[in-house]
Amino acid sequence: MTEEYITGAEALMRSLERQGVDTLFGYPGGSIIPVFDALYDHRDKLRHVLVRHEQGAAHAAQGYARVSGKVGVCLVTSGPGATNTITGIADAMMDSTPLVVIAGQVGTLLLGTDAFQEVDLVGVTQPISKWSYQIRRAEDVAWAVARAFYIAGSGRCGPVVLDFAKNAQVEKTVYKPTVVDFIRSYEPVPDTDQASVEKAVKLIDEAERPLVLVGHGVELGNAQKELQMFVEKADAPCGCTLLGLSALPTSHRLNKGMLGMHGNLGPNVKTNECDVLIAVGMRFDDRVTGNLDSYARQAKIIHLDIDPSEINKNVKVDVAILGDCKQTISLLSQKIRKNSHTEWIDSFKKYEEEEYKSVISKELFPASGPLNMGEVVRAVSDAVNDDAVLVTDVGQNQMMAARYFRYKKERSIVTSGGLGTMGFGLPAAIGATFGQERTVCVFMGDGGLQMNLQELGTVMEQQAPVKMILLNNNYLGNVRQWQAMFFNHRYSFTPMLNPDYMKIMSAYGIPARRVMSRDELADAVKEMLSTKGAFFLEACVIEEGNVLPMTPPGASVNYMLLDC
Amino acid sequence: MDKTLYTLIVYSENIAGLLNQVTAVFTRRQINIESLNVSASSIDGVHKYTITAWTDEDTIKKVVKQIEKKIDVLQAHYFTDDEIFLQEIALYKISTPELQSNANVSKIIRRYNARIVEVNSVYSIVEKPGLTEEIIALYKELQEAGCVLQYVRSGRIAITKSRVERINEFLAGREEKHRHCYNDLN
Repeated sequence: MTEEYITGAEALMRSLERQGVDTLFGYPGGSIIPVFDALYDHRDKLRHVLVRHEQGAAHAAQGYARVSGKVGVCLVTSGPGATNTITGIADAMMDSTPLVVIAGQVGTLLLGTDAFQEVDLVGVTQPISKWSYQIRRAEDVAWAVARAFYIAGSGRCGPVVLDFAKNAQVEKTVYKPTVVDFIRSYEPVPDTDQASVEKAVKLIDEAERPLVLVGHGVELGNAQKELQMFVEKADAPCGCTLLGLSALPTSHRLNKGMLGMHGNLGPNVKTNECDVLIAVGMRFDDRVTGNLDSYARQAKIIHLDIDPSEINKNVKVDVAILGDCKQTISLLSQKIRKNSHTEWIDSFKKYEEEEYKSVISKELFPASGPLNMGEVVRAVSDAVNDDAVLVTDVGQNQMMAARYFRYKKERSIVTSGGLGTMGFGLPAAIGATFGQERTVCVFMGDGGLQMNLQELGTVMEQQAPVKMILLNNNYLGNVRQWQAMFFNHRYSFTPMLNPDYMKIMSAYGIPARRVMSRDELADAVKEMLSTKGAFFLEACVIEEGNVLPMTPPGASVNYMLLDC
Repeated sequence: MDKTLYTLIVYSENIAGLLNQVTAVFTRRQINIESLNVSASSIDGVHKYTITAWTDEDTIKKVVKQIEKKIDVLQAHYFTDDEIFLQEIALYKISTPELQSNANVSKIIRRYNARIVEVNSVYSIVEKPGLTEEIIALYKELQEAGCVLQYVRSGRIAITKSRVERINEFLAGREEKHRHCYNDLN
C-alpha cells in the first residue's frame, strides 16, 4: 500500500476532526491561508465561525467551551492576528477554560528576522497559557494537536497555543492518527491522600457550623450532582463563587447565594462564623476573601482542588484533598454521617432578611424613578423561567446579572471572573449559542458592549440567536461607583457619550427595542424572547446606580456596606 | 520575615523555552535569582536546573509548586545548605608580571588551594573550586594585590545528600501508573 502524503494544513484538519472538533472561531490572514484553504474542503464537518476581530474569536471559543464542556478552538493568523487573541488566552488561563488557539507563523527560515507579521507568540503566551508550542514540521502536526487537546482539556483546564509555521502548513507528510493520553512530566489529576480524606470526614462530622464554598471547579469537574448529595447529607449551607453560581440550583434550600465583594450578606458574614469551611474547586481569590488576615480565622479549613499549587496559596488550610472533585466529593459523601444543622442554617435568615430589606427590595421593586439594573435582570430571568444561559460582560452589569439572575441548570453562567475582561460578553455569548441549545442572554454595559461592538457583524452573519440586553447608564458604572465612594465623586473619564444603538442594530438588521420605563419592561422582554433569533434590548437604567452590598477593598469578608 | 538561601533543584524535559518559564515564576514574585545552572542530568533527555534564591520558606514552597505546574517540568524540590553537597567554581585572570614581581600573589593562591591552569607572558589563569565565601575572599585578596584582569564565578551546583533518588522514583512511578491505566482500559 502506498502511503498518502498530505500537507501539514490537511493534517491539522484531520487531527481536529479526530479530536471531535465541530466548531472553530477564526479569522484568516497571510500566514494561515494554507490552513484556511484546507478548511474549505472540510466545511461539512468543521463549522467555521468568521468573527470580526480575533479577540472575539478567543472569547467566542471560551463561551463555547464553558457551556459545552468541550475544548474551544480558534484559528487566526500570525502577528496581529495572534496578539489579538492574547486577552482571551489570559482570560481562559485565569478561569481555567479549555481552549486551543492555533495561530499562523512565518516560515521557519524567516523566524527571528522580524519578518512581516512575525511575533514571538510562544514567548509572549508562555506566561499566560498552560502550554505553548511552535509546530515547525508537518510531521509534528498530529502529535502537537493531540498533545494540545489533552493538555487543554485535562486536569485543571486551560488555554494551549499552537504556533504553526507556514512551511509546516504546506510541506507534505504522512498523516498518522495520534493519541496523547499520558505525559510523564504532567499529572493532570493528583493522587488523593486517604489520610486527608479521613481527617476531613472527622472535621465535617464534628462540625456544628459547616459552610461549603462552591467554585468553578465543581462545574469543570461535572460534580454538580455529587456536590448536591454531599451538602444534603452534611446539611451544610453553601456560598457560591461568581463562576460557581450555577453548580447548585439557586432555589436549593442550602444555596445561600454568592460569595465575595458584591455577594450576598449571609455567606460572607457566615464565613467568619463557621467552624468548618469546606472549599470545593475554588481558589480563594481576593475578590472572594477580602482581607486575608481576618478571613475565616476561627474555622478549620478543608480545601478540595485539582491543582496542588492552589493549596495554601492564599489561605492556609488545615486539610487539603487533592484530586478530581467528582471523585473526592463522592468519597466524602460516602464517609460522612448524615447530619442536621437546622439552627445554623436558620441563622442565615436574619442576614437574608436584612439584605432583602436594605438592598434587594429597593433594587427589584422601586416605587418610582428610572429603571434599576437589578430589576431588568430579574425580569429577564423570570421570563426565561430561570432556564437560560447567562453571559455577562464585566462591571456593574456583571454583578447585577450574577446577583439577580437565577439558575436551574448547571453550566449556566459564562462570565470573565479572574481577568475581568470588558468586551468579553458579546463574543462569549455568540460562542455559547454554538455550544448548546438553550436560550443565551447576555447582559452588557455601554462600555463593554462597545469594546467588541464589531461582533454584531458575527451575530448578523451567523444568525446567532443571542438575546442581548444592554444596561445603559451612560457611565463606566463600576469605576464611577468607586469614584463616588472612594474618590470624592470625581468622575474622571467615566461619563460616556453613547451612539444611537437602535440605528446600529438597524444597520445590522438585528431586531431591537429601547425601554425607558418600568411599565414597558415586561412587554419588551416578552418581545425579545418571542422573537426568533437575535434581539437587542436596550434598557435605559438609572445613571448613578450602585451595586450593593459591597465589601470595600481591603475590608474583612464579614463587613459589607448596605448603602452608600 | 527571615530569609534563607534556598537551593532549588528542578528536573525537566529537554525542551527549548523552558528556562524562561522557570525563571518567570521568580520574576512574578519579585524574587532575585542568586545563581542558576542548567545542564543535562544523568538521565537521558532530562535536564537539571540548580537555582539559588533568598526567600522565606512559605514563598519557596509556593514557587516550587508553581514551577512543578509547568507541563514539561518533571519535579522541583527546595533544599537548605545542610541537605546538599554544593560547589561553585571561579576563574581569575591575573597579570603575569604582577604574579612574578609580587611574591605575595603566589602565596595567596597557594593558601586558597587554587590552581594555576595557564601561564603566558601577559596573563595567568587561576582556577578555584569551593564555596561562595572562599571564592569571593580569594578574589578580594587578589584584587588588593592589584593583579586581577578578569574574574568569573559559576552558579552553584548541588547534589542531594538523600539516599533516595527522587527523580528516578518519580519517573518509575509515572511509567508504572501509565501502564496501570492502560491495562485498566483494556
